[in-house]
Amino acid sequence: MTFDYGDISFESKDEVLAKARKYWNPGKTDFWVETGVPLVIDRREGYFLYDMSGKRLLDVHLNGGTYSLGHRNPEVASAVAAAMSHFDIGNHHFPAITRTALAEALVKTAPEGLTKVVYGSGGGEAIDIALKTARHTTKKRKIVSIAKAYHGHTGLAVGTGDDRFSKMFLSDRPDEFVQVPFNDLEAMESALRSRDVAAVIMETIPATYGFPLPEPGYLETVKRLCEQHEALYIADEVQTGLMRTGELWGITKHGFTPDILVTGKGLSGGMYPISAVLLSEKAAGWLTEDGFGHISTFGGAELGCVAALKTLEVCNRPETRSMVHYISELIGRGLREIQADFPDWFVGIRQNGVVMGLEFAHPEGAKYVMRHLYAHGVWAIFSTLDPRVLQFKPGILLTPELCEELLDRTEVAVRKSWDEIRLHGRRDSTVFV
Amino acid sequence: MLERARWASRSFATYDHASVMRILQAVTRVAEERAEHYAEWAVRETGFGVVADKVVKNRLCSRGILDAYGDHDYVSPRLDAGGLKLLELPRPAGVVLALTPSTNPVSTVYFKVILALMTRNAIVVSPHPFAKECCADAARALGEAAVGAGAPDGVVQVVEEPSIPLIDALMTDERTDVILATGGGAVVRAAYSSSNPAIGVGPGNVPVLVDATADLARSAKKLVDSKAFDNSLLCTNESVLIVEEAVADRFLAMMSRSGAHILADADIDKVRDTVFPEGRFDTSLVGTSAVAIASKAGVRVPPATRILVAPFDLVVDEEPLAHEKLCPVLGVTRVPTAQRGIRTAAAVLRIGGAGHSAVIHSKNPRTVMDYAAALNVLRVTVNEGGSAGSAGFDTDLAPSMTIGTGFAGRSSLGENLQPKHLVNYARIAYSNDPSEVMPSFDGLSSLMAPLTPVPAYPVASNLAPVALSLRSTTSHLTNTSAPPGDETNGLRDELRRLIIEELQAIIRS
Repeated sequence: MTFDYGDISFESKDEVLAKARKYWNPGKTDFWVETGVPLVIDRREGYFLYDMSGKRLLDVHLNGGTYSLGHRNPEVASAVAAAMSHFDIGNHHFPAITRTALAEALVKTAPEGLTKVVYGSGGGEAIDIALKTARHTTKKRKIVSIAKAYHGHTGLAVGTGDDRFSKMFLSDRPDEFVQVPFNDLEAMESALRSRDVAAVIMETIPATYGFPLPEPGYLETVKRLCEQHEALYIADEVQTGLMRTGELWGITKHGFTPDILVTGKGLSGGMYPISAVLLSEKAAGWLTEDGFGHISTFGGAELGCVAALKTLEVCNRPETRSMVHYISELIGRGLREIQADFPDWFVGIRQNGVVMGLEFAHPEGAKYVMRHLYAHGVWAIFSTLDPRVLQFKPGILLTPELCEELLDRTEVAVRKSWDEIRLHGRRDSTVFV
Repeated sequence: MLERARWASRSFATYDHASVMRILQAVTRVAEERAEHYAEWAVRETGFGVVADKVVKNRLCSRGILDAYGDHDYVSPRLDAGGLKLLELPRPAGVVLALTPSTNPVSTVYFKVILALMTRNAIVVSPHPFAKECCADAARALGEAAVGAGAPDGVVQVVEEPSIPLIDALMTDERTDVILATGGGAVVRAAYSSSNPAIGVGPGNVPVLVDATADLARSAKKLVDSKAFDNSLLCTNESVLIVEEAVADRFLAMMSRSGAHILADADIDKVRDTVFPEGRFDTSLVGTSAVAIASKAGVRVPPATRILVAPFDLVVDEEPLAHEKLCPVLGVTRVPTAQRGIRTAAAVLRIGGAGHSAVIHSKNPRTVMDYAAALNVLRVTVNEGGSAGSAGFDTDLAPSMTIGTGFAGRSSLGENLQPKHLVNYARIAYSNDPSEVMPSFDGLSSLMAPLTPVPAYPVASNLAPVALSLRSTTSHLTNTSAPPGDETNGLRDELRRLIIEELQAIIRS
């Protein structure tokens, strides 16, 4: 069987894997094959992915919410396709029609007080922009983030995350990047006490850490501490934004406006890369002082702006909001029913809207469940920085039937993974590879 | 929009009868309170009809419908009334797409929304473009009242900017479970061609026979009142009067006393040519007053004229006055006997209105029987006006804004549309072997009353552990839900507190 994609063709999936190993990334390629998830995504549609083998997967990874509206969402796709007959990436130096329209739409739907928009081409760049902005605004250098956080792997962003990713590239700067444990207010206060901190950067719910939920009042207190110690609060809403918590921005539920808000992934509608940083007036000074301060050829590419405008519009529809609430209720209830059947294995559900982390009673529990989900037609990924926890991120436009199907498949995968753990005590890799 | 409606209908289908009644009471109250407001708005927006009569219709289609059907339970499981070993579980249609007309705009919105809610369906209203603003506002008001009383979010939605491509897309979408099409023939045919289940009805062309036995004074008044009601906008209004020669002059004189103007020979052609220029009905005259039509025709009439009566001799297709007239112009033809009158009425229905309705004023049951047997209609109103009579408001027919025209009128519906048409029943059928005893199902219904807004606001799971699927269950097959116990109340209070806190947090932001 030949896989023919017009200008590209492969004889087999094995050929793709072999060449991926040879020309692209042997480490990643081998990892997934060995993990029992030998996925090469071929066709994609709605909330379904199809492996080259034809195997269909219900996607609840969504690349961290990139495909929140589904793969190749028809409204976003046709908006981008139509725009291609008129626009291209554009010229980043000049004011532009689409960039202006998107900035206005973002500001008008943002928490009050966020008034300017800076664009990037991806989440990491947007984080870098946010951190540079904070440093410029406060004239301070230190950045406080949460231990095990992930904010991207670009120059500054990588410093805020786990040092596994910075040390290997000799990019760790422990003097400038301070990390404190999540939900630990004392640690936060002592990090801020010396008043030399430019900003605290927080994912509203840390994704790659398995979506541990902020304790009641935690984020609000961090914001107060920032104000006390003259540091900015940067809300990383890359995974919690765009209606995934049932509000356009997750931080809204905490009742305060951050000084800076970062969005990416889902903003692209999964169709054209774009990210954005929303600045409060307090932080936006450099845009007036020296508007050329941050330059990015692809930042705010005009086709991306078109994708983002449509995505934002869909997310903001009253029916979308309503559906997220319905989906979150149905899946939450279904998961609790499954949990009740396997209380010693499926030990916790962290949920805020359709942002969910499922906890399992094994240090690498989520990897087991992930493999069984894969075998039963669901793609969800473990949390890199806490593999007990499975990231479970259903789309915001799911139908009732798909939600029920997802729960049915999940129940079987949870049951089978529990059987495996009980019978073998550890992973039996031959079953999956 | 349809997806949101589907989510709503799924949740709604789990509600118990008491919750549904609470919602209906709230919706009916709002509908009734705004009956005048929307009557005035509808006349202003469409430019036709009579405010006072629309007020009546709006009341009939809100409080009137609840009064008529409030005692029925379309929600709870029920045992077979005849003692058969059957238990029936009501199963709502799901998502109802309701097309509403310009002639009876808000009253039809009221009617269809209340029917849908009574049977636990979600409804998407698509109003006629001529009446879209009053209808959209009314649908929103009813939807808010429903949700305020505990109905699921999205249970009533409205198409704000109806257009033919959009309506077509909604009608053909597989997420639409049933279409209720009230409107012109094209809309009804499109609904039936959509591939979705549809209930649409054909047009009327109502003959009214007055024989020599009738109570002439009473009948004359009823006929004029019915014809004048809302300037003939109800499809059940009389189109052609067939009167027995022996009493014709007296009857017409009595009609005159009620506000009918009998056109002189010289004026008949003027009115005919005005209402039917080139033989086709001028739709711009729908629902306009008798005085305005007379004025347009150049006919002088007394200012108190309520209807125009146009005599003609022969009921045939080429006679425009024998066709349906949604305006206060009544054709009249004289017949030597009641039996001849029946044949004349049948001729009216050959022209149009098959399966719809007819009216007779008579004290002779033989004539009434022969009339009903001979006419191709599915309801015959006797000694009452057709407008409110055939629509079930002044008779014991089902009160309705949608008059099923059956097979003859190319409709799937032969009765007046009523709640039962929006619900199926799943039947639990036991073996009919006498040794098989059907057990009691008392207390086993899983229908529930929602204690939180539906859907619940997605509070973070570490903030509201009690918010999780908190519901009370009904304890009986019958329609009362168990009063919540102390424990439930405690949880409910806690839940309310959390939700309020959450909402405050949002408001603060």
